Amino acid sequence: MLLSYSTSILVLQRLAIALLTLVIVSFAVFFATELLPGDVAQILLGQAATPEAVAGLREAMGLNQPAFLRFLGWLAGLLHGDFGISYVNNMPVADLIGDRLVNSLRLAGVTTLVSVPVSLCLGIGAAMWRGSLFDRIVTVLTISVISVPEFMVATLAVLIFAVWLGWLPALSYGADVSSFSAMLKAYAMPVISLSFVVCAQMIRMTRAAVIDTINTPYVEMALLKGARRSRMVLRHALPNALGPIANAIALSLSYLVGGVIIVETIFNYPGVAKLMVDAVATRDLPLIQSCAMIFCVSYLSLITLADLMAILSNPRLRK
Amino acid sequence: MSNQPLVSIRDLKIGATTDAGRRVEIIRGVSFDIQPGEIVALIGESGSGKTTIALSLMGHTRTGCGIDAGTIRIDQHDVTAMSEAKRARIRGTEVSYVPQSAAAAFNPSQRIIDQVIEVTAIHKLLDRDAAEKKAVELFRALALPNPDTIGARYPHQVSGGQLQRLSAAMALIGDPKLVIFDEPTTALDVTTQIEVLRAFRSVMEKGGMAGVYVSHDLAVVAQIADRIIVLKSGEIQEEGTAQQILDAPTHPYTRELLAAFEPVPHVPLDVPQDASRQPILEVRNLSAGYGPVRNGEPAAKILKDINFRLQPGKNLGVIGESGSGKSTLARAISGILPPYQGEVVVNGVVQEPSLAQRSKEQLRHAQIVFQLPDTALNPAQPIGAILARPLRFYHNMRGAACEARVIELLDMVQLPAALRHRLPGELSGGQKQRVNLARALAADPKLILCDEITSALDTVVGAAIIELLKELQRELELSYMFISHDLSTVEAICDDVLVMYKGEVVEALPAARMSEDARHPYSRLLVSSVPKLDTGWLAGLEQDPELIARFANR
Amino acid sequence: MKPTTSPFRFMSPRQMGYSFNWVGRIGLAVIVFWALVAIFGPMLQPYSPGEIVDWDYFGPMTHQYLLGTDYLGRDVLSRILMGARYTVGIALVSVFLACAGGVVLGMVAAVIGGWFDMILSRLLDAFNGIPSLLFGLVVVAAVGSSIPVLVMTLAAIYLPGAYRFARALAVNVNTMDFVTVARARGEKTPYLILREIFPNILGPVLADLGLRFVFIVLVLSGLSFLGLGVQPPYADWGALVRENIGALSFGAPAIIFPSVAIASLTISVNMFIDNLPTKIRDRS
Repeated sequence: MLLSYSTSILVLQRLAIALLTLVIVSFAVFFATELLPGDVAQILLGQAATPEAVAGLREAMGLNQPAFLRFLGWLAGLLHGDFGISYVNNMPVADLIGDRLVNSLRLAGVTTLVSVPVSLCLGIGAAMWRGSLFDRIVTVLTISVISVPEFMVATLAVLIFAVWLGWLPALSYGADVSSFSAMLKAYAMPVISLSFVVCAQMIRMTRAAVIDTINTPYVEMALLKGARRSRMVLRHALPNALGPIANAIALSLSYLVGGVIIVETIFNYPGVAKLMVDAVATRDLPLIQSCAMIFCVSYLSLITLADLMAILSNPRLRK
Repeated sequence: MSNQPLVSIRDLKIGATTDAGRRVEIIRGVSFDIQPGEIVALIGESGSGKTTIALSLMGHTRTGCGIDAGTIRIDQHDVTAMSEAKRARIRGTEVSYVPQSAAAAFNPSQRIIDQVIEVTAIHKLLDRDAAEKKAVELFRALALPNPDTIGARYPHQVSGGQLQRLSAAMALIGDPKLVIFDEPTTALDVTTQIEVLRAFRSVMEKGGMAGVYVSHDLAVVAQIADRIIVLKSGEIQEEGTAQQILDAPTHPYTRELLAAFEPVPHVPLDVPQDASRQPILEVRNLSAGYGPVRNGEPAAKILKDINFRLQPGKNLGVIGESGSGKSTLARAISGILPPYQGEVVVNGVVQEPSLAQRSKEQLRHAQIVFQLPDTALNPAQPIGAILARPLRFYHNMRGAACEARVIELLDMVQLPAALRHRLPGELSGGQKQRVNLARALAADPKLILCDEITSALDTVVGAAIIELLKELQRELELSYMFISHDLSTVEAICDDVLVMYKGEVVEALPAARMSEDARHPYSRLLVSSVPKLDTGWLAGLEQDPELIARFANR
Repeated sequence: MKPTTSPFRFMSPRQMGYSFNWVGRIGLAVIVFWALVAIFGPMLQPYSPGEIVDWDYFGPMTHQYLLGTDYLGRDVLSRILMGARYTVGIALVSVFLACAGGVVLGMVAAVIGGWFDMILSRLLDAFNGIPSLLFGLVVVAAVGSSIPVLVMTLAAIYLPGAYRFARALAVNVNTMDFVTVARARGEKTPYLILREIFPNILGPVLADLGLRFVFIVLVLSGLSFLGLGVQPPYADWGALVRENIGALSFGAPAIIFPSVAIASLTISVNMFIDNLPTKIRDRS
């Protein structure tokens, strides 16, 4: 598909906005972690904070520089892959994150693979037979899942699959991927819990997107041409709903970011989110900053992707 | 069997469920027949149920509505008794539909040709090549430009008038016995409407199909229909041949409709006219536009170098088609859109360009009234509060004096005093437009800018508003600048008329002699394009095709 | 719309089109129930919520302890009644702060437009680019958890959304002719905002407030579940689930009932909002 001039402008504009947003977000993260807590040197030294020691450490860490310069330095470091040194165990943050990021991405990837097809089928189906028993059941279930916190979905999944049915282990140890069944067991609980959360959002948005297009005059026109329901939906509504649906998928995947924090904690899954929650407990600020930036970048990319889908799907912008 | 009508509707009743869950009857026992090859018009105002009846002919009702009783028979098919699957089989083949807005009824992501021939694919009538060939023939018959290639375009790449004709091709491809036209020219400009009407007429005549033509416009219907059925609130008022309805209407409601069409000629107000008298409104070299301003000029220039004068007690009409800049002119004069060049002089005082710079007193003299009565009144405020605000704002009136003046204002626009406790949502369109006028009058203005104030109203209601305007003018010595796309309304109230085209005034004419005095080719085209209440008007109309090609908004 | 012929000015809600269906009514009933509990909870507590009343932990439901006992042997019913105050109270205060701020800024931006609108919108949109739970985590990590911090954080998280929503509505109303008429009359910005725009976006804004309340309850519970929300000895419902997570494998009432409390509140708010008459929800 060729992009017309005006579409390319819109896309570039959106990307520029995303970049600007990222800068603002990184500043917010930096501000919250470096400036809000007060004197970092004081925190680090804790009991041993004599005025001289604090002054020395401040000098050593460059804390006497203006905040804005420190922010720029930190940002430049991030761009070069220098994530700083952990306060707690003096290891480079990049090393701490490394493997765990892979674990988290694997969890997110498997969840996406599971939830996208399921949500599309259920969402489009519910829209197609709107008002039917099927639609009402799907709607009630999605509203219920959306209305409860992620940790409840996860605990409920544990209660059902691990405690009552005894099919799966309640905790995940991630490392044991020696055989397929072991891997399946290790991933099953986190993936199931996360999928519930993401699916509920995705089904709801997909259904709404398809219903919006079904309510348009051109679909009514297809009805008045004698088209059956399946033709109306498949030939006229769905092609026009593709953009909104893609938008809905990308947007719902951004719920992964919140969900993954809870799910990794509950299942003790060795991912970035668990690392971050632990870092919060020990107030390991460089680690928190880096994890937060990872989450913000992935969240922003998904939101931007959703926006781009919406722009590209407008048939009027096609050449 | 040859005498049997093609369509017969007997005692049709259609109900609708309101938001509050009540069931109301919107079609109350309608019966009529359509003979093969006959075109029947359903005429009525908004809410008369004309579109609902037309759609029910295809066995379709909009969400919330349903056929409660009665029968609809088309040829051999009993539409009311059929299953939905069987109804689908007659849609497009026996009955087909031309929508009001073709722009919305075309799927934006499919090529036009695929949508036009879809009926043949759904009902397996023709193979693709044959269907495309037939579509091109129809395009040619409908006088579409580039008939061989226009189908390859997407809907947003062709103009509104062309889309409307393409949607007729879409309706005709299945060789239906009955074609339903649902206000197909209402959204078009008059110069475009002529071509579309002509195209419809010729294909319907050639094909010998029966048709149902839904419209609110008697003059349009007179050109195409054999028989006219007049509807009001879901009931038939009168039924007769087009000629009889126009010449010898029997029902009072039909007479009212016709009377609204032939407005009372405007009698100029008897004010001393001498050249020394200051004009109430003078516009000099006015230019205005939208968008970011660069080098003192906005990106999109709409109005170019407008000049005119309006004497006190006189009315000035501004006519033009959509996009001619006539509404922008009203906005520029009132300061809502500050002009970037030129001057607006009200009552001898040069007005600052923008609202913020104008004084209360300047603002008070010229009031503006908008087109859509529904959006012009704050739905959250009762009528009394809406009218009291300008009294307080301009005249610092409060308490009992204010209340008394509100009642007086309501009386001036012929509304009962008790209406001041109501919310706008509880009023009819005509009542709302009267309140709009009353709000403008509350400022005690010298000049009222009327921006298409009757366009959104039904003909009869609009005619009453015009009468009210005339009466108010006699009492209060007002001047109106009256913007409209409808020449007969302008004729009914204005002394002089400006014809606008693409942001420029092409000609200034005396309202009473528009057709005789028009010299500029565009004004001639515009004046000659307005349908007349005469069944032979379209057939006898001769327009220069070159003019149409040059000026029509196709 | 036809004018009403009824001579009576006072019509029943049903006649005015403000009727609720039964799902909405159930939702409303549950909301009212929890609101009353949040207000009168302490008077209804059978035991002091901090008092260890039973030697047995994760006790079953008995006549003495209606909803069983928790991991220390405290009465679960009393603790849930106490938690209602924290969950409902914190969420309500935050949602009011978020919506009040967002709606005022949104209306001002819509009416003034231009640079003010653009910069504010860009900035708050950027803020929206931070996942909410993550923002909570970072702030709590930085400044520690206390109730004022929680309230301010939650309000800050949801202010941009409320702003965006109110601004979109206000922009729509702002283009309506009645606002143009008021502007042409010479009215100033405060009048336009207060009298012309605000009354016309109030319905949808209130519905939006309800939905945002649900999100805030969810994020608050999530933070508490991670141990970063309300700190012991006090506890909101999320913290109650965290305390008693050990009971998960027995399915004891100590973990089930706090969860039920959260779910019943959030689901019923959603049910209520979803079934609000369209007249209120889509006023414009």
